[in-house]
Amino acid sequence: MALNRRAFLGTTVGLAASLSAPMVLGQGKPRVVVVGGGAGGATAARHIAKGSKGAIDVTLVEPTRTYYTCFFSNLYLGGFRTLESIAHTYGKLASDYGINVVHDWAVGIDRDAKTVSLAGGAKLPYDRLILSPGIDFVDGAVPGWDVTKQNRMPHAYKAGSQTELLKAQIEAMPEGGVYCMIAPPNPYRCPPGPYERVSMVAHVLKQRNPTAKILIADPKPKFSKMALFQEGWQNHYGGMIEWLGPDFGGDKVEVNADEMTVTIDGEVNKVDVCNVIPAMKAGRICELAGINDGNWAPVTGHTMQSRIDENIHVLGDACAQGDMPKSGFSANSQAKVAAMAIRAALTGTKQFPAKFSNTCWSLLGTDDGVKVGATYEATDEKIAKVDGFISQTGESADLRKATYEESLGWYAGITSDMFG
Amino acid sequence: MHAIFLRGILAAFVAFSGSAATGAAADELIGDAERGAKVFEKCKSCHAVGPDARHKVGPHLNGVFGRKAAGLGDFDYSRAMRRAGADGLVWTIEKLEAYLENPKVLVTGTNMRFRGLKDKQDRLDVMAYLRQFSDRPRDIPEAEPTAITEEVRLSDDILNIEGDPDYGEYLSSECMTCHQTDGDDEGIPSIVGWPTEDFVIAMHAYKQKVRPHPVMQMMAGRLGNEEIAALAAYFSALN
Repeated sequence: MALNRRAFLGTTVGLAASLSAPMVLGQGKPRVVVVGGGAGGATAARHIAKGSKGAIDVTLVEPTRTYYTCFFSNLYLGGFRTLESIAHTYGKLASDYGINVVHDWAVGIDRDAKTVSLAGGAKLPYDRLILSPGIDFVDGAVPGWDVTKQNRMPHAYKAGSQTELLKAQIEAMPEGGVYCMIAPPNPYRCPPGPYERVSMVAHVLKQRNPTAKILIADPKPKFSKMALFQEGWQNHYGGMIEWLGPDFGGDKVEVNADEMTVTIDGEVNKVDVCNVIPAMKAGRICELAGINDGNWAPVTGHTMQSRIDENIHVLGDACAQGDMPKSGFSANSQAKVAAMAIRAALTGTKQFPAKFSNTCWSLLGTDDGVKVGATYEATDEKIAKVDGFISQTGESADLRKATYEESLGWYAGITSDMFG
Repeated sequence: MHAIFLRGILAAFVAFSGSAATGAAADELIGDAERGAKVFEKCKSCHAVGPDARHKVGPHLNGVFGRKAAGLGDFDYSRAMRRAGADGLVWTIEKLEAYLENPKVLVTGTNMRFRGLKDKQDRLDVMAYLRQFSDRPRDIPEAEPTAITEEVRLSDDILNIEGDPDYGEYLSSECMTCHQTDGDDEGIPSIVGWPTEDFVIAMHAYKQKVRPHPVMQMMAGRLGNEEIAALAAYFSALN
């Protein structure tokens, strides 16, 4: 029964053996277990396996067989990408890099015994553990909403079936209907994400349903690339998008999924689609491991090690590290620092000073791309920003098109860096 | 205005300070236009200039000074040149000289297969010749200045640093978020299989903001000479 719940790829025999008798087969070879196969986990697993050339035993635990990248899922909503084009599988990580890929849920961590328990019943021993579980939602963050309401009021903030559902709801909106987004408070995954999403929804509605309206209730007075988005919304979708910050009650929101209403500062609004993006916290496994401080798992930027347990590294959205935004690019960047530090600790390879970078591209409309980015370094206190740039308002159409094309190149680059 | 210009072959950095609105007197100081006309013979198989000039293999060069790269709507530029134009490359005298010295250092992937004019005087003279077919400061005060003064800026041994390929491998992981290891060139140029020297020069060109792209200026901006050398050493060993 338990076996039905997990699946093995690639080195099936070796893994099955090591699961049943971990101390025999794996002996002598350092073991790294990675929980979460996204931009942080997949990148870390691949870089450790690739760099160590078999000297480190790498196991990647990821529940889904097909991974949909959260980045570019907005472009799917806007009709610029197909769902298949953001779908990835783990076959190459197993076949080309010898990573043990286990499709199962990690449900517990015994930090003393240094084992990870899987829902299927297995226990995976580790010398170093990487947790890169992404985000979960804070219970009760939006009054009236919880995960049981997610089919009526999707978050679509983990890509895949939720994104498909939201797209279908947008396309089924009545003429002149209302799409409402409840935007999240800081900090959250992908700071420009909600606003790129609004741009993409507007792009679809402009073609299919031009009298429709978009309402954003936002607890934040300011958001990422705000001037760029507002200029883009005016240029492409003039009048369609209404943004309500805290000055307009955007921070006092309640939803009713049965009635399909959103109450903003006491005023009831009937809506046709309600995209609730609640406040976020580290993926639940961090909480279960007992390495959170508040909603996130604090780490040191030098190595991405947990400040609570040095045998655990936390990557991406789940960690509290300092100045980097929670993004796929950041997770990928942090993964390489962790991979380098783990190889150095386990096999004695050279350790170099940590360097990080991030760039977030957003699409405002057809061929209208903007970006924001920065470089970072590790200090004892945090990951600190070194230098940065942001696209400017009023840029030429040529530059915006080049920026968009650059984002396509980046997507191809990062996904091949993650999945081989 | 103060622009820094990179010298490929000599590996010396030379800074030109062209003052913004030079007076008319300065306009012929670029070089010897008559001699430049002879140098231009090398260019003529692909480029025309003058009243009857039309596009050949390369675009006509009338009005090239102050024009955005890939700025003529009726010429089919390379993707690399169009990208450079979109990034903000404008044919100022400094940029044009950089391009003439070694086209691929300024615009990697350009269709211009010319190996470059290694002799500085040749470059100055041919620019003086071409300048006659662009707006001149003499006629238009706000036109790009033509006078250049130069001062040697820094040492010639940056190219000789032995890079540590292990360090380069670690640093390169940052490049590989955007640039693909298989050398695919889709929206973002390939950086696989570059000669060490070209790589070092290109990175310093971003660092010094001679090349215009903001992401690369930022990435290169925080790399030290040793780190650039390490990256070059790593990438030179990569196929």
